[in-house]
Amino acid sequence: MIVAESLTKNYGDQRAVDDLSFTVRPGVVTGFLGPNGSGKSTTMRLILELDAPTGGDVTVNGKHYRDHAAPLHEVGALLEARSVHTGRSAYNHLLALAQTHGIGRQRVDEMIDLVGLHDVAKKRVGKFSLGMGQRLGIAAAMLGDPSTVMLDEPVNGLDPEGILWVRHLLRGLAADGRTVFVSSHLMSEMSLTADHLIVIGKGRKIADMSTQDFIKQASGTVVLVRTPQAAELEALLSGPDITVTSASPGLLEVRGLTAQQIGELAAANGIVLHELTPQQASLEEAFMTLTRDDLEFKAADLESEEAVA
Amino acid sequence: MSTVSQAQPIPRLPHTGRVTQLRVAVSEWTKLRSLRSTLWSLFAAVLLTILLPVLFAAITSSHWGSMSPHDRADRHPLDIALAGVNVSQLAIAVLGVLVITGEYSTGMIRASFTAVPKRLPVLWAKTGVFALVTLLLLIPPVLIAFFASQAILSRHNILQISFSHPGVARSVLGGALYLMLVGIFALGIGAIVRNTAGGIATFAGIFFVIPPLMNILPSNWNDAISKYLPSEAGRQLFSLTHDSNSLSPTAGGLLFAGYCALAIAIAAVLLVRRDT
Repeated sequence: MIVAESLTKNYGDQRAVDDLSFTVRPGVVTGFLGPNGSGKSTTMRLILELDAPTGGDVTVNGKHYRDHAAPLHEVGALLEARSVHTGRSAYNHLLALAQTHGIGRQRVDEMIDLVGLHDVAKKRVGKFSLGMGQRLGIAAAMLGDPSTVMLDEPVNGLDPEGILWVRHLLRGLAADGRTVFVSSHLMSEMSLTADHLIVIGKGRKIADMSTQDFIKQASGTVVLVRTPQAAELEALLSGPDITVTSASPGLLEVRGLTAQQIGELAAANGIVLHELTPQQASLEEAFMTLTRDDLEFKAADLESEEAVA
Repeated sequence: MSTVSQAQPIPRLPHTGRVTQLRVAVSEWTKLRSLRSTLWSLFAAVLLTILLPVLFAAITSSHWGSMSPHDRADRHPLDIALAGVNVSQLAIAVLGVLVITGEYSTGMIRASFTAVPKRLPVLWAKTGVFALVTLLLLIPPVLIAFFASQAILSRHNILQISFSHPGVARSVLGGALYLMLVGIFALGIGAIVRNTAGGIATFAGIFFVIPPLMNILPSNWNDAISKYLPSEAGRQLFSLTHDSNSLSPTAGGLLFAGYCALAIAIAAVLLVRRDT
């Protein structure tokens, strides 16, 4: 369980995280979504108290991370920036971390096997590929059998097999009842793994809801209609909340009406339909819509400030 | 890596211990011994501490016949026996800086502080482990250097001095103690500067650049100030003779240890306060 309250972080004049409040609950995968540079990694560093917040507060399992007696047992973290000495072997890296908590060598071996690094465990980490580095980071995160798992961009650099493995891993961790907090700038990846989403842009929270609701709310339903009488149908489809766009002749995209309503309207007016398909917006589209609103809001904000000045 | 795509449950850990200072020290020992740079630096320090005195003793004894009385009077057996310390201090200082800056340059520090978020136990453990390893590893070389150089010089019956002679045992072992303190001082500087090149440059500035600059000052100023510099104060630990322009071995050693404590204390304050 991670609880952030009004978390704020400035680096000089730059505000990286802006009044961010959220709760990450156990038992589900919570996606932390935002474009690159939106403050995801900074937020995770604040949770681990690697950086001190400018304002606000964040606790893990009821305490500041620093105040836990066995931190690796509370949070297993994979940070986006590499956090391993390139001159040391994977085995010794994990062993050194394990020893701080009195965790034995057997556990180190188990974690190496878990992430599939057995053959290269004695090699220096500097020679590792990006994907192997990610696997080592995940092994380090799992060392202490943590109740909260926090992974920053875990699929970066992984091959398709590795990506699939991470998905299974995240699901399994959540099914164990652990708190799973995963960041990504890839919406498609999040739509496959996350049950819940916290979306940020420019350090501010844009959305905090279930993945399903996020897609539904942000997109509204789009219905694809193919008809030889496009012009006639378009004339009938008018209303305050209805928008009709035409991608190509004979093809309409209708927002604000259900497929059922469009079908009935067409039948009542004798219009022939060749296709009538409700479409769900992708997470990408939903995300773009939301962040665009956020940016526009900010731009408008700026203008009004200028007007006042 | 072909078997990992199946969903594998994370094996549970039946017992998780808390972080203790002793456990962090064990971890730092693992970190120290598992890097090649450490092993090479320590190997270089050991080798230089032994080989340079042996070399100087051999040169001195073979040239003794052709040396002027003035040159002969200038030679001192302990200067020869501890000549290696002056050089190996550089290897120890570089390693002292690297022990901490290596973690910053690679990002390892984030893993270290995630495992030990209170941070200070990491600094205490690093300092303690490195100091102990340096001291224990370098006591044999300074003893070997003394007895080996004496053995070479004794073939010509020159420059003999007994280990039981007042101050000799203290000077020889003081060489190892000095190297340990140099390591601690360098580690403190590395933790403050957090950058390898900057740390080594700062150390070199304090130990090798500032002392000769003192000669520019009026000589009474120079005499008054120089003996309190870290390098001069520390040097008294392995100098046999002392005059009015130098501190006693005890005073010098304590002052140098004080400088080391100050460097580590500043590092500790910054370590807790700064973002990583």
